Amino acid sequence: MRDVAVIGVGATEFGELWDRSFRDLGIEAGLKAIQDAKVRSEDIDAVYIGNMSAGKFIDQEHVSALVADYAGLADMHLPTVRVEGGGACGAIALLQGRLAIASGMHDIVVVGGAEKMTDVGEVQAAEILSSTADQEWESVFGATFAGLYAMIARRHMHEFGTTREQMAAVAVKNHKNGALNPEAQFQKEISVETVLQAPWVAEPLGLFDCAPLSDGAAAVVLCEAQKARKFTDAPIRIAGSGQASDFLALHDRRDLTTMDATVVAGKRAFHEARLQPKDIQVAEVHDNFTISEILAIEDLRFIEKGKGGPATAEGLTALNGKISVNTSGGLKARGQPVGATGVAQAVEIVKQLRGEAGKRQVIGARRGLTHTLGGTGATAVVHIFERGD
Amino acid sequence: MKSGIVSYGAYIPRYRIRPKDIGTVWGADGEAMGRGLNIRAKSVPGPDEDVITISVEAARACMAKVDIDPTEIGAIYVGSESHPYAVKPTATIVAEAIGSAPVMTAADFEFACKAGTAAIQTTMGLTLSKMMKYGLAIGSDTSQGAPGDALEYSASAGGAALLIGIDRVIAEIAHTVSYTTDTPDFWRREGQRYPSHGGRFTGEPAYFKHVTNCAQLLFKRVGTTAEDYDYAVFHQPNGKFPVRAAKQLGFKEAQIDTGLCVRDIGNTYSGAIMVGLCAILDEAEAGDRIFAVGYGSGAGSDGFDLTVTDEIAKIRRNATPTTKQMIENHVFVDYATYAKYRGKILMREA
Amino acid sequence: MAVPRFWREIQSRYNLIGTKCGNCGKVDFPPRAVCPACGRKSIGKMQRLRLGGKGTVVTYTVIHDAPAQFEMQKPYVMGIIEMDEGVRLTSQLIDVKPEDVRIGMKVQATFRKLGEEGAAGVIHYGYKFRPAG
Repeated sequence: MRDVAVIGVGATEFGELWDRSFRDLGIEAGLKAIQDAKVRSEDIDAVYIGNMSAGKFIDQEHVSALVADYAGLADMHLPTVRVEGGGACGAIALLQGRLAIASGMHDIVVVGGAEKMTDVGEVQAAEILSSTADQEWESVFGATFAGLYAMIARRHMHEFGTTREQMAAVAVKNHKNGALNPEAQFQKEISVETVLQAPWVAEPLGLFDCAPLSDGAAAVVLCEAQKARKFTDAPIRIAGSGQASDFLALHDRRDLTTMDATVVAGKRAFHEARLQPKDIQVAEVHDNFTISEILAIEDLRFIEKGKGGPATAEGLTALNGKISVNTSGGLKARGQPVGATGVAQAVEIVKQLRGEAGKRQVIGARRGLTHTLGGTGATAVVHIFERGD
Repeated sequence: MKSGIVSYGAYIPRYRIRPKDIGTVWGADGEAMGRGLNIRAKSVPGPDEDVITISVEAARACMAKVDIDPTEIGAIYVGSESHPYAVKPTATIVAEAIGSAPVMTAADFEFACKAGTAAIQTTMGLTLSKMMKYGLAIGSDTSQGAPGDALEYSASAGGAALLIGIDRVIAEIAHTVSYTTDTPDFWRREGQRYPSHGGRFTGEPAYFKHVTNCAQLLFKRVGTTAEDYDYAVFHQPNGKFPVRAAKQLGFKEAQIDTGLCVRDIGNTYSGAIMVGLCAILDEAEAGDRIFAVGYGSGAGSDGFDLTVTDEIAKIRRNATPTTKQMIENHVFVDYATYAKYRGKILMREA
Repeated sequence: MAVPRFWREIQSRYNLIGTKCGNCGKVDFPPRAVCPACGRKSIGKMQRLRLGGKGTVVTYTVIHDAPAQFEMQKPYVMGIIEMDEGVRLTSQLIDVKPEDVRIGMKVQATFRKLGEEGAAGVIHYGYKFRPAG
């Protein structure tokens, strides 16, 4: 298997982008990444798109061809692939793109992720998000997506004494980071009180425990590692990847307070990269809800099981803390256009490792990690990136 | 050989509203209305309840008391005037939900408040003729009264299921008679949300004429008078009519007290007399005689003479909450919540 | 519309019909063709089993942001329930005040309306759980 590096990144701002369509967003991110990579259209061998639900949000399937077309690549008749896997689709697309190059089939691949979530009403958007849970045996009975994560939170509080204040600390930290990120959906700091007093969504999760609905897109250009040197002095190598699945319904999981898929995906990625959790300085984890970040830092073994709440409250995961988690602002503050998430996380890690993260730079960042979830944890993908020097 | 009740089960939703809280909204003296009707509260179905769910719960409560293979039930009939579907019978859903489908027959009945008792008579015939081993007769309603109308104080929700057969009978039905005429005292046209009624016309020429005539026919057929019975239960549109009818026929208050559930749960329409019967069977002993005369507007009465047998001691009467326990398990709601649950608030069109 | 999709699950939704693995005895709900623990060894050996309807609350939430179908009932309680047979499922908890729900509460299944396909559409029924008497 050949080594693969990231040679270009690009993303749109995330938010309620009324004036931009799904096509507009996909193109904007793609072109930014291609320009950043300094590749020409003729250099691109394939396009991978992560998108969860364009069919439901905008009645459009077959978005792989659509995006390549509007990026001006239609005449090149490239192979284009749309990847779905709940919220993990962008990260799975990244893995598929990596495999395409590692196998020798392609040399340069563009991987993008995009979602347009605000063309439908909020109630409908929430129902579409719930379609990554078990429709027949969770959603039909009234379990909303937030409700399922709320049940995880309740159990975590019951088993480990995690408090709402500790969960709130996740949101506060991520908003603080988001305030330093010009592309973030929310660039305002918030307090623990604001989080605790917010209206309930599904107890114990309130409005500020939940990532927003967002429009947005992100893209990276991947290149075979040797060839990458032609395009950039700072290729960021994908040192390891891991993907894992689990029972779809939350009630079938082995342990409600551990995402086995994250544990396995993480182990696979660390094993391939020949690294340990302590070797990572910066991580973008899937904080679709505050409790999700707490589980992620435990399941990736950055923090001991059960201690994710106190660790966050004590600042261990703050910018330039023991490990900087979600410096972009995370899904919570940077935004959550579902298909874009996995790719946007990679964009942030690459910027950090290149030293281009501006006010939210993690000092001495050499190795970074992305963690992306599908559904309530039925899919997890972990990528580890390393600066190539 | 006689047929009779093999098992029974009732279901009453938890929510209640008081006449006072209805009157307040419509500028009426609700407490006085309540006193006039002899109703202290009426039952209100929750937003996830309807005649189908009530019928299933009643049927399950009925089956829980005995060890009978549900596939031996040859027919299920559900009588109601508030079936959730105008076309697609409640009875088929009950059949699936108690495991008696598919080798059996089913249908829904309508005859205002006596649709359930009509189902009893039908299943008596089917089992007596040995066409089938058991039949399940259900009377169940989530009746509505128009906002501010007198009926709003009494129209409530509940239901009961009676398993009818000729074997292992706990209450033998020795005789049944009926009295039926074309009398337009209370009706609802297809597509109309609320029923209409003839005001005072619903009294003498309707309820009393049919109940009294049917009762006298029954006395004559059986060769009894009121004194021969331990319990009596009548259709109960309010707490006054059945008391007056009972008195006219020679019954004492003590005889009708157990079955007079209307005072605490209102008029459960097709469920009314059957729920009353369940309350009686919860406490009756072998040898007790029961006189039951129902009434349905339109109009007609079905009367039954029942005798409780030794078998009643063999069934598990406490397998599920008793009728009394269900009546006492209540949560009071205000008019706004009641209106919301009953679909009386104009919602945005889907 | 989605008529066949709901009709197909009636036995499980009305009567809690699951399966028991003929190889290891593990109970699954809804029914499975293959036992997750035994894999291939269980094919053809999965037996229909009706759950008793009694279980214990493992975790729960009170949902305030409700989907359209549940507007009339919000806030409502959802829980993951471990049935006495060992298998878990997700369902609404009813006839209980949200503040009275506890992990470890004993509950039993009832039959209620789950929703409907609009005022003119088919009505869906299934299990919900209330505190065990």
